[in-house]
Amino acid sequence: MKKHEHDPHATTNDDVLTTRLADLVDFFRKYGVNWPRKNSLWPLPFATACCGIELMATGASRFDLARFGAEVMRFSPRQSDLLICAGRVAIKMMPVLHRIYKQMCEPKWVISMGACASSGGVFDTYAVVQGVDQFLPVDVYVPGCPPRPETLIEGIMSIQRIVENEGIRRSAERGKGLRLTAEPTVQLTVDEASATGATR
Amino acid sequence: MTSARTMVEVLRSRLPGFNLEVKPLLEHGEHAGDQFYISVAPGGLIEVLQSLRDDPQLRFEQLCDLTCVDYLNFPGATDRYAVIYSLLSLTHNHRLWVKCFVNDPEPRIPSVVSIWPGAEWLEREVFDMFGVVFDGHPDLRRILTWDGFPAHPLRKDYPLRGKGEREDYEVVTRESA
Repeated sequence: MKKHEHDPHATTNDDVLTTRLADLVDFFRKYGVNWPRKNSLWPLPFATACCGIELMATGASRFDLARFGAEVMRFSPRQSDLLICAGRVAIKMMPVLHRIYKQMCEPKWVISMGACASSGGVFDTYAVVQGVDQFLPVDVYVPGCPPRPETLIEGIMSIQRIVENEGIRRSAERGKGLRLTAEPTVQLTVDEASATGATR
Repeated sequence: MTSARTMVEVLRSRLPGFNLEVKPLLEHGEHAGDQFYISVAPGGLIEVLQSLRDDPQLRFEQLCDLTCVDYLNFPGATDRYAVIYSLLSLTHNHRLWVKCFVNDPEPRIPSVVSIWPGAEWLEREVFDMFGVVFDGHPDLRRILTWDGFPAHPLRKDYPLRGKGEREDYEVVTRESA
């Protein structure tokens, strides 16, 4: 008599194979994609105030952001996946920040660095945004005025933990999907289309 | 260096119709009486400033600053806004301030861009922040706040936190971008 006939938790050979495949996929997602991604974050420094100075110090040799693989500051949103919003944002600047955020490719994360970016700080005036999270999805808030570089490094390590746990989100997991459409800029009518075909 | 009294004597001989008077910029403290201003009505502003720039004894070539003060609820103030011209003569190394008082409901003042072209952006800033309209300005638009901003925020009756202008922006969510 075979052993597994009496065992309610026994698995067949097929079950073993499927489970191992799923494990393998998880393994590759976690260590093949998420691990390199979290260790090579490319930040976009949106530095508008004194937090930017601490951000530069974090990138420089004493604190050395390169230890966390995030030293490649990219000034093009197309090339970066981590927006570090450092400093107060004037309301007139907010459309610029929106545009930069929208230009970044998925996956992307946002750090709101310092009291001003997180809450407006002492600048409770008509001209300053009271926290960029009112208008942008923020992942990690870094407290301080300005934060010490160690605090910012902890914020980046928090992003790394998020990257490792969440990983790549597929478009279905992002809610409404990517919703990319390709539309012609010039609408050709039927007559024009046949006319161009006739001349050729 | 020419004293302010001498400057105004020169100005009086050039423009006899104006009632010009020298007043100290600071009334108290260590440096009281070092610097002086004259106040001019908006009607004669262009003539006075043109003479201040062109007279060989005055030669105020440089308009250092053009700013404005809102005297709402200021003790002893009779007019609401003072547009202030801060002048420097590089030739003679002397300075003079000119104040021009304007009032609500529609504060208007002639533009001095024709005299000092550098006044263009300064006048735009005063217009943006105080709502003083500069007649004859080539391009009187807001310069610091955005187009469509409904108020003039440096007026004393404007609340510091604004009137809800900063809450009206588009919200970008994770799904929409």
